[in-house]
Amino acid sequence: MTRLAAVDFDVIRSLYIVAFALFILGLRLVTHPRTARRGNLIAAIGMAVALVATLLIDTVGDYGLIALGIAVGTAVGIPAARNVKMTAMPQMVALFNGVGGGAVALISWADYRHALAGGGNPPLETLIPILFAAIIGSVSFWGSNIAFGKLQEVIPGRPIQLPGQRFINIGLLALAVGCAVAIAAGTESQPLFILILVSAAVLGNMFVLPIGGADMPVVISLLNAFTGLSAAAAGIALDNVALIVGGIIVGASGSILTNLMAEAMNRSIGNIFAGGFGGVTITAGDREEAKPVRSTDPSDVAIQLAYARKVVVAPGYGMAVAQAQHTVKELAAELEKRGIEVDYAIHPVAGRMPGHMNVLLAEADVPYDSLKEMDEINPEFPQTDVALVIGANDVTNPAAREQSDSPIYGMPILDVDKAGAVVVLKRSMNTGFAGIDNPLFYKDNTALLFGDAKDSVQKVLKEVEEL
Amino acid sequence: MDLLTELTILILGAFVGFEVISKIPNTLHTPLMSATNAIHGIVLLGGILLIGEVSGFVNKLILVIAIAFGTINVVGGFLVTDRMLEMFKARGRPQEAEEK
Repeated sequence: MTRLAAVDFDVIRSLYIVAFALFILGLRLVTHPRTARRGNLIAAIGMAVALVATLLIDTVGDYGLIALGIAVGTAVGIPAARNVKMTAMPQMVALFNGVGGGAVALISWADYRHALAGGGNPPLETLIPILFAAIIGSVSFWGSNIAFGKLQEVIPGRPIQLPGQRFINIGLLALAVGCAVAIAAGTESQPLFILILVSAAVLGNMFVLPIGGADMPVVISLLNAFTGLSAAAAGIALDNVALIVGGIIVGASGSILTNLMAEAMNRSIGNIFAGGFGGVTITAGDREEAKPVRSTDPSDVAIQLAYARKVVVAPGYGMAVAQAQHTVKELAAELEKRGIEVDYAIHPVAGRMPGHMNVLLAEADVPYDSLKEMDEINPEFPQTDVALVIGANDVTNPAAREQSDSPIYGMPILDVDKAGAVVVLKRSMNTGFAGIDNPLFYKDNTALLFGDAKDSVQKVLKEVEEL
Repeated sequence: MDLLTELTILILGAFVGFEVISKIPNTLHTPLMSATNAIHGIVLLGGILLIGEVSGFVNKLILVIAIAFGTINVVGGFLVTDRMLEMFKARGRPQEAEEK
């Protein structure tokens, strides 16, 4: 290299070390509520340091195009992140994850094309990571897009399954891996590489389509880990330690999060991806007609709440779609003013992603320490006068405890049915996103208040105020 | 850098990732996922490293898109996480402030 390259590579590597330290410190701080925001900022500074260091590397060129790419990305990313509603957060995270995976797949493709133009296949220690990054990156990009489509309800949220789905998936994976092996064995062919990208893309689609909404948190978390792993692989291919470290930290932490989610549902990850909550739910339709439910009206609910000593609110996705979190908070404040104890029961997978409810209620200024986790709140239900279930379904389904043939049998749930009375706010008699019937609705101590969650809570609030 | 050094870094990095995340309260699952999500946008650096080396319109185009994608991932990811965390408040504080 010429003298133009004034910056020594050791300086760059030292800056990378600073960046890693900031990433790790930042993530560490994000695990505590008080320091979380600062942690995120520190990680972002780490990213800026890594970016500047990379721009200083002497082999880096074509700054105009780099600036163009960054400008376009910023112009798209900032408004998207600024304007997204808190309720649409899961989709947004899925989408950001998807573009990351897409970037990995594109980079591996360009890297392979570059190697071919330079005389042929690169050495195996570069080639294998490239192939790995291509497969995982492409799966992650398309899988995340499907997850986005399902959450945004562009694609039906219910599991979509083809006959022999599992064999199709195995076939697609075999095709992608087979092509990769052929290239690694010495075939130099760009069409074969593109076939890898395409078969992995179809696999990404097929892999997420059959998964029901209740499992979405696990899927997004897993795809997040995938993108991290593929970024680390790209780092090995490109001999860049920043990519390796950044990617693997996400790969590892994402795997842990995925596992926590799956554990919370008492299901193995394999089980979730083997076809999810699909086909087993045909019985739901018959049961609805066979069993009567008790519906109630806002003034009854208001009386029940106003004369309770302890009320527990169990929110779910219905609260998110109805944007009801602020109204719920107002109702809770009104009840607390009357000396009634109000707590929130947060199931680890309520909503469409881990911690979804926490984010929404935080937006409504509910202090995070009045949100009780499942293990903490479950023993309190027998002493609870009214459990108010707002748009939650599967996470309160006693079938998980009682019916061994239920697809969700064994999943830990909020024991709302043990409360003195249960009021379920529901849009209609439809089954939950997972498509499973909920025996809670037919219990003697359960009453259903039909309607949009926000609207219903508002009516109840008004009635309470008038009491 | 030789492959074994890189693999060493990879394995140690994996353990760091595991350690950092252990014992995280449910409250922070979404922001944490979102923050780690932003970090894997670091793949943007891969696009930057390559774009000066490759030649041809198609390669450049692929990499400009990759850099744009990576940037969306990074910028959007950190920003959205910040928006979420901004709203987390401890019990009592906001109400007290209003009453005074």
